[in-house]
Amino acid sequence: MTTTAPTLGKDLVGLEHLSAGQLRTILDTAEPFKEISERRIKKVPVLRGKTIVNLFFEASTRTRISFEFAEKRLSADTVNISTAGSSVSKGETLVDTARNLEAMRIDMVVMRHGSSGAAQFLADRIPSNVINAGDGRHEHPTQGLLDLLTIRDRMGRIEGLKVAIVGDILHSRVARSNIYGLLTLGAEVAVCGPPTLMPPAATELGVQVFTRVEEAIEWADVLNVLRLQLERMEAGYVPSLREYNRIWGVSNARLDAAGRDLLILHPGPMNRGVEIDSDVADGPNSVILNQVTNGVAVRMAVLYLLAGGQPEKAEAAKQGGET
Amino acid sequence: MPEDNPIHVMDEADVRREIARLAREIVERNGGTGHLVLMGIHRRGTQIAALLRDAIEQAEGVRVASGSIDITLYRDDLGTIGPRPVIGESELPPEGIDDMCVVLVDDVAYTGRTVRAAMNELSDWGRPRRILFCVLVDRGGRELPIQPDFTGREVEVGEGQRVEVRVTELDGRLAVELVRTEPEVA
Repeated sequence: MTTTAPTLGKDLVGLEHLSAGQLRTILDTAEPFKEISERRIKKVPVLRGKTIVNLFFEASTRTRISFEFAEKRLSADTVNISTAGSSVSKGETLVDTARNLEAMRIDMVVMRHGSSGAAQFLADRIPSNVINAGDGRHEHPTQGLLDLLTIRDRMGRIEGLKVAIVGDILHSRVARSNIYGLLTLGAEVAVCGPPTLMPPAATELGVQVFTRVEEAIEWADVLNVLRLQLERMEAGYVPSLREYNRIWGVSNARLDAAGRDLLILHPGPMNRGVEIDSDVADGPNSVILNQVTNGVAVRMAVLYLLAGGQPEKAEAAKQGGET
Repeated sequence: MPEDNPIHVMDEADVRREIARLAREIVERNGGTGHLVLMGIHRRGTQIAALLRDAIEQAEGVRVASGSIDITLYRDDLGTIGPRPVIGESELPPEGIDDMCVVLVDDVAYTGRTVRAAMNELSDWGRPRRILFCVLVDRGGRELPIQPDFTGREVEVGEGQRVEVRVTELDGRLAVELVRTEPEVA
């Protein structure tokens, strides 16, 4: 093995600043990790002795469990902290919480937080590896990576594909991580959604903007349908769920009009009958459950790549001729 | 790569002769080909295992089960030398390894740490009746109390030298060579 793959550095805060080489390293590393989850004993000892804290300031089921499976399958020791019932609810600041955890000698922090930039803020202040599990409207890098992996699995490539992200772009960290990752790997990206849920300067991200879902379907090879967060309706961004479904909902009728198969992704949890119809979600072109499976593999890859000590020593060791 | 004048240890004919002998010894020790599984250790052990499998087929007329094993995630040096981004996939024979006689095959025996890791991985996959260890070249230098059960050839390796097994699929030739280790610029 003479190839030196690019390293990731200490933290994974977002996909915005990762190079194509770094993204490919993570996706390629995820491949062999898929197989571990198929074994009878779903565990390898590679992170034995590492302590990882899952620090969740916002509700999460899928992401937290996916991280926890990934950590456990790599043999790390894990602790879960959610805001309810922790000293965070007593008014402790983020840095104080993290410093107290550090004082207990931890190695990595996986954090979800409601404020954009929280992951970077923490990464700059503690020596442990920080993995962003979603910060405000900023990024959700492991979701972006698992979407990339799922698309690559099914389509065989990412470069040159047309991917449309449909729904609440304004509040979506999933959309942002997808856009950065897809563009870096050479895909074309479009966003589509109600004007009230579209960032005013969306085109500055380097994406096309469609105002009608039919146009996005006509254009795209892959459709990533975002969840409509119900609190958005209460805040007045969309008049009603029924109207949202009628105008923006992804249905078989709309997909059939395109005359070809589109790959369907959804980050979950789904609102069936709102942003996506059941026969689409459960249809043959839906890879929604593959996304969940790939999520564990991609998170294992990120943990593995960040946890390793000093990669430059790998070269030195190779020259020592060890086998 | 600056492999100035590699010293030839074995040429293709030598390697094939040793493979044929090792194949015979494995079958003999196992009392036939029943329950035999050859597991090559990624990467060049896999090629050596394939050669052994062909040799056994030629001599016995039976194609024994085989697989490959990548021990990257079972190494004991992640903290010191960091992650290897290229992890090969491990592949089990469809019959599994429970109650089988598994022969771990590697190209070179050195510290013994690789085969220690491979044994740990095997025990996560199942419970073989017996595990044996076969290498084409033994260069000594063990750091663990592990010895091969079948050895092709023992090779003495001097200071600043490394033994390299070349296989057709990856290197375009089948041979064993001694190369200098110093001036390698990545």
